[in-house]
Amino acid sequence: MSRFAMVIDTRRCVGCQDCVVACKTENGVTEGYSRDWIAEETHGAFPTVRLEIRSERCNQCDNPPCVGCCPTGASHIHERGGVILVDHDKCIGCKACLAACPYNARFIHPDGYADKCTFCIHRVEKGLDPACVSVCPTHCMHFGDLDDLESEVSRLLNSRPYHALIPEAGTKPCIFYLT
Amino acid sequence: MTPFAELTVSRHNPLVDPTLHIWGWQIAVYLFLGGLVAGLMIIAGVRLIAIRPKQREALVCCTIGSIAGLAFLSLGMFALFLDLAHKFHVWRLYTTFQITSPMSWGSWILLLVYPALAANALAHLPEAIPALARRFPVTVVWSDFILAREWLVVAIGIANMFVGIALGIYTGILLSTFGARPLWNSAILGPLFLLSGLSTAAATLHGILLLTTPDEERPAFADFLLSSLARLVEAHPLDTKVGPVLAGADSSFLTIEAALLGLFVIGQTTSTAVHQQAASLLLGGPYTAVFWVFVIGMGIVLPLILQTLELGKRIRHTLAPAVLVVLGGLALRFVLVYACQQSHWLEALNH
Repeated sequence: MSRFAMVIDTRRCVGCQDCVVACKTENGVTEGYSRDWIAEETHGAFPTVRLEIRSERCNQCDNPPCVGCCPTGASHIHERGGVILVDHDKCIGCKACLAACPYNARFIHPDGYADKCTFCIHRVEKGLDPACVSVCPTHCMHFGDLDDLESEVSRLLNSRPYHALIPEAGTKPCIFYLT
Repeated sequence: MTPFAELTVSRHNPLVDPTLHIWGWQIAVYLFLGGLVAGLMIIAGVRLIAIRPKQREALVCCTIGSIAGLAFLSLGMFALFLDLAHKFHVWRLYTTFQITSPMSWGSWILLLVYPALAANALAHLPEAIPALARRFPVTVVWSDFILAREWLVVAIGIANMFVGIALGIYTGILLSTFGARPLWNSAILGPLFLLSGLSTAAATLHGILLLTTPDEERPAFADFLLSSLARLVEAHPLDTKVGPVLAGADSSFLTIEAALLGLFVIGQTTSTAVHQQAASLLLGGPYTAVFWVFVIGMGIVLPLILQTLELGKRIRHTLAPAVLVVLGGLALRFVLVYACQQSHWLEALNH
């Protein structure tokens, strides 16, 4: 078994949007839509301000509400790495999965089906990193198998403090942000 | 000092940003008509089992209500179809059953509604609408077949009640299972939508009954409406006591609905910060006026007052309360569909 995850070092991310452009190029994402994006979160007030820049996308949750609510089984968990994928042919465009996602990570493709990040599963199955990870100029993004205790993502999570997004939503996200 | 947090996101996905707005009038109308049909089924089922010969109200509930239910359901499903983004893949709903998906449950329940309503409509069709029976004599054969078997009449009535309850609750559960939208995430929505469906169904049947009253007994308010519909049932004697019975039932449904709405608001305001923030959309936010004026005021309180006065014979019996109840039910779906999409988790304050 494997469980793919992404670890993103927020102390290295500069919000350059290279990951966004790489995703659009690799996956042919339609203009005006994004499978990944940059979030900038500011906490506090001057002079004690903390800024966190994050590259965000579908969190490939372990308990994905988008899969449970899908009436046709179009949203499903891929056998390799637990990645959440959408079968375009089965999708009816009901948008239930968009309502179910607390991260607003999905959108409706102009052709009518629900679309989102796939962790570039077509690249991963060839032994490559997702496009966003492979182009990051600051090497702040790491991809790997969470079930492999020797993987880079496991080692980073064991050695650095981190957080996930909206863990209280109960979705068990698999993207972690090093702080 | 209060902690300050600000979140800026570079994403601009249509229907998702700046706030989710994936569902519009189509879903609100679908949920309203689904609830209305659920109520019509439950009332029709009860009346089919408890029907007495020549009782006009029962004929309206069983036959006209069921036929109206078939029409409303078809309209609702058409509205749902309009909302789908991948329309020509809609048949995929019926190639699988996803046990965790309320929408999958709903799509199969909707298939059960048609035969249940059709059977209920057929049972007394020749008696309720003789003109139709004369035009289609086969309906008389079907009606005789059903009425000759008491067990079948009871089975059809029970089937309508059970499928109606399932349909009514499903329309609420569909929304309440979306944990990502805190305002929807309340188990109260199932029974709330069921009761709202019952009240709008009682009001609709009450309206049909008033509109089909013979001329000499028709209230002035309804004079100008649908006289042709009245001719369909004019051969039957009018039971003048049945209108108040439906009005009384409607008042009961409205009272329970008001209590459930109260519980819904209490549940939200006493829950977590995200639920409290979500509730503020209805209690001091952009949907407050619509919610309190159209859903609570004109949709529940005013018709309750009017119907109480009517039942006490203090004012004239009119269509006004029934129309208000139906519009209030529609407003409830619009408010909950639109407001709840704006409720979300406080991502910026999590860590």
